[in-house]
Amino acid sequence: MTVAAVIFYLFACTAVASGLFVVLARNPVHSVLWLILTFFSAAGLFVLMGAEFVAMLLVIVYVGAVAVLFLFVVMMLDVDFVELKQGLAQHMPVALLIGVVLIMELILVIGVTLWADDSSPLRVAMAPAPEAIENTQALGQIIYTDFIYLFQSAGLILFVAMVGAIVLTLRHRSDVKRQSVVFQMHRDPAEAIVMKDVKPGQGL
Amino acid sequence: MDGLLREYLPILIFLGLAIALGLVLIFAALIVAVRNPDAEKVSAYECGFNAFDDARMKFDVRFYLVSILFIIFDLEVAFLFPWATSFAERAQSGDMIGFWSMMVFLGVLTVGFVYEWKKGALEWE
Repeated sequence: MTVAAVIFYLFACTAVASGLFVVLARNPVHSVLWLILTFFSAAGLFVLMGAEFVAMLLVIVYVGAVAVLFLFVVMMLDVDFVELKQGLAQHMPVALLIGVVLIMELILVIGVTLWADDSSPLRVAMAPAPEAIENTQALGQIIYTDFIYLFQSAGLILFVAMVGAIVLTLRHRSDVKRQSVVFQMHRDPAEAIVMKDVKPGQGL
Repeated sequence: MDGLLREYLPILIFLGLAIALGLVLIFAALIVAVRNPDAEKVSAYECGFNAFDDARMKFDVRFYLVSILFIIFDLEVAFLFPWATSFAERAQSGDMIGFWSMMVFLGVLTVGFVYEWKKGALEWE
């Protein structure tokens, strides 16, 4: 077994084991931490396949941002997770069904690329020769030109996500005083202060 | 392929060192540290009276807004990396479509950025 194969099995076993712990962990925060470990091992597997950019993206976006988002969601929900776990036996059939569907889809994808009659050009088209050109550069040469419509719709999806998140979650509290810099700068001592001549013993 | 993996060898070594160091620190604490727990030591401390309830409370939804806005701009920057490595090559041969497609992409997200700025989504009341 070569070194690369050993490292592959190390990462693959870590990914499967930590994926299992995501489901089995009692504390949902621990689940998120196991999920981060799963992302890291998946990134290692991507590097072994030569897909450097996807690996780095997995670390930056998934570990750096999505996991944090999951953590916030877990902390925001006021769900009794101990109670939630007790229904494990009830949800088992649905979970098994989803698992079977996922496995079938994976078999279909693998079958199309490995055993189908016209699969060899597909496999060639999937990856450029890693020696000839760097991974990130190879992606850059096609994303912005050949796949320009998909790229622009990705931009629009990000835009919609931004607007949607603001519309759904932004609440302006009216009981809070906000700072208006322009208003502060335009304050003028002549208008802000009024001099009153108060006679002794009378008040205002 | 092997050359690529060889470049990642230092990262693998660092990964191994980091895991080893983490395990050493955890097990050193387990083995060396003095542990002498009693009921008062391990109970939650709340200045002079018994704890009211669980320390975990619901997070404000505004944290979620901040983190989702962060993810969106994170992805935008992630799209910039392959573009930055490759657009000059195409532009030299007179093919500017890659450059302008990124400019349109950035323009759309700038509109979103202006929207969130004006809405006050970046302010923390």
